[in-house]
Amino acid sequence: MPELRAIAEKVRSKNAGPFWVTIDIFCGSPEAFSRVSTGLHTNQVAACFDTPVQVIKRFDIPSLNVVKISVPRPQVQGTIADRDMHGAAYAALVAALEIE
Amino acid sequence: MVRVLIPSGALGLGYDHAALERGIAAGPDLIAIDGGSTDSGPSYLGRGVSKYARSSTKLEWAGLIDAAHRARCPLVIGTAGTCGAGDAVDWLVNITREILAERNQSKRIAVLKSDQPAQRVIDALGNGRITPLSPAPDIGAALLETCTNIVALAGVEQITAALDTGADIVIAGRTTDTAIIAALPIARGIAPGPAWHAAKIGECGALCATNPQSGVIQIDWQGDGFTLTPLADGARATPHTVSAHMLYENADPYLLHEPGGTLDVSAAQYDAIDDSRVRVTGARWHPSDSYTVKLEGARIAGYQTVVLALIRDPHYVTHAQAWADDIVAKCTQKARDRTGARDSDFSVEIRLIGQNATLGALEQHVATPIEIGALGLVTAATPELSAEIGKMLNPYLLHHPLTQDEEVPTFAFPFSPAEINRGAVYEFCLNHVMHLDDPMEAFTLEVIDA
Repeated sequence: MPELRAIAEKVRSKNAGPFWVTIDIFCGSPEAFSRVSTGLHTNQVAACFDTPVQVIKRFDIPSLNVVKISVPRPQVQGTIADRDMHGAAYAALVAALEIE
Repeated sequence: MVRVLIPSGALGLGYDHAALERGIAAGPDLIAIDGGSTDSGPSYLGRGVSKYARSSTKLEWAGLIDAAHRARCPLVIGTAGTCGAGDAVDWLVNITREILAERNQSKRIAVLKSDQPAQRVIDALGNGRITPLSPAPDIGAALLETCTNIVALAGVEQITAALDTGADIVIAGRTTDTAIIAALPIARGIAPGPAWHAAKIGECGALCATNPQSGVIQIDWQGDGFTLTPLADGARATPHTVSAHMLYENADPYLLHEPGGTLDVSAAQYDAIDDSRVRVTGARWHPSDSYTVKLEGARIAGYQTVVLALIRDPHYVTHAQAWADDIVAKCTQKARDRTGARDSDFSVEIRLIGQNATLGALEQHVATPIEIGALGLVTAATPELSAEIGKMLNPYLLHHPLTQDEEVPTFAFPFSPAEINRGAVYEFCLNHVMHLDDPMEAFTLEVIDA
């Protein structure tokens, strides 16, 4: 199965305040959006963040061909255990997920 | 019609001068710019300082004071000095005085401060006037007293009060990114839905358009909506670039909680007027039952010493994790034995750059790199203890062998001394809102004729 990065145009992640990180998957076309929307399962994202699926917010936005996923930060921004102040690298985790 | 000119997403990022000139010539009612956010981390709020260089800030701010003077309109900045704490506000007020003195100009400055004494928050907590957001850290009086700065995010009510003083320049402490833009249209009778929506779209300047580095945009409210116009050469706003900006740094792309209510853009319409301007309608505003302001607080989490070593020997690159684990165990034991520190007083960690330093335990890829940076982090309850344990970590990172029977290795230190004492490290410790009876009761407003 292909990785998300092979289907989507761009995957980016960024803080949404110090307690959340949000991942925007720009699919680039209705076809790619449809594949990602149906083939990317929220529980895959939960597993790669090692977090319960119930706390994840997901928005499938056909008008933008975007799937947006927001996750409570694995470490609160800027704490001693945090490794990524702006939440920039979480996109790489999601981009590597396999799409059914 | 109400027209607001936004020069850039933040003071310190620069703006396109030709585009700003176009904005001035169009006769704005207000020039609004954001001065910060939490995005660069808790240290700025913890220390009450700006992340941007003073000289850059002064140059760009002087250009905006000049722009507002020539446009004969007020200039407002929110979250001055990156964090919007009182010291950072005073820093920008001093820069402003310096600029005006150098030009022999006089201006009326309204200074809005958002600082919250710990006792006010403790009292509010006791009175059930603090509500946690999700996820929220546990808070109590003892924790709140250790915060070096607590601020509340002002909304349109406080910015309007500052503008109503007749000030030429409003320098505000922590505000929501949007409030400085939404305040004027709401005060002039524009519906709050399109006022807040435009403010969210515009708060990062031209990030909602093509050529996002150009900064300068203009928002015009008329009737039941607003028009967004990027002003730089070659910058275009399209329904896609504008609506996609609702994704940016937002956990929810449809709902945005602000003091006094919630912006709901789920029914918004984005229509191209021509190939560079977009007209937006349909945003709604749901007033809340209680007027709340979000709180931010930062406190010292410890003192840190960093040691960086570079591993280039393929044998050690291959076995870097075992090597690092062994060093952490031995250095931790030595620190206990020789300083008498308890485990709760310090921690030693080594992050392997090239292996999993960015994602830690969440990393799923395994590869053998050419080299590895061993980033040693000592965090301790005092700066002295942190420096002392950093010096204990140093010889391990220089010479620690994987096994007893191999020759003592030497690793590359990029500088001397190898330890860097970073001083205090801070953490955010609030994700809560505070209920207010009067929006101004937690804010102070001062007018300075400078």
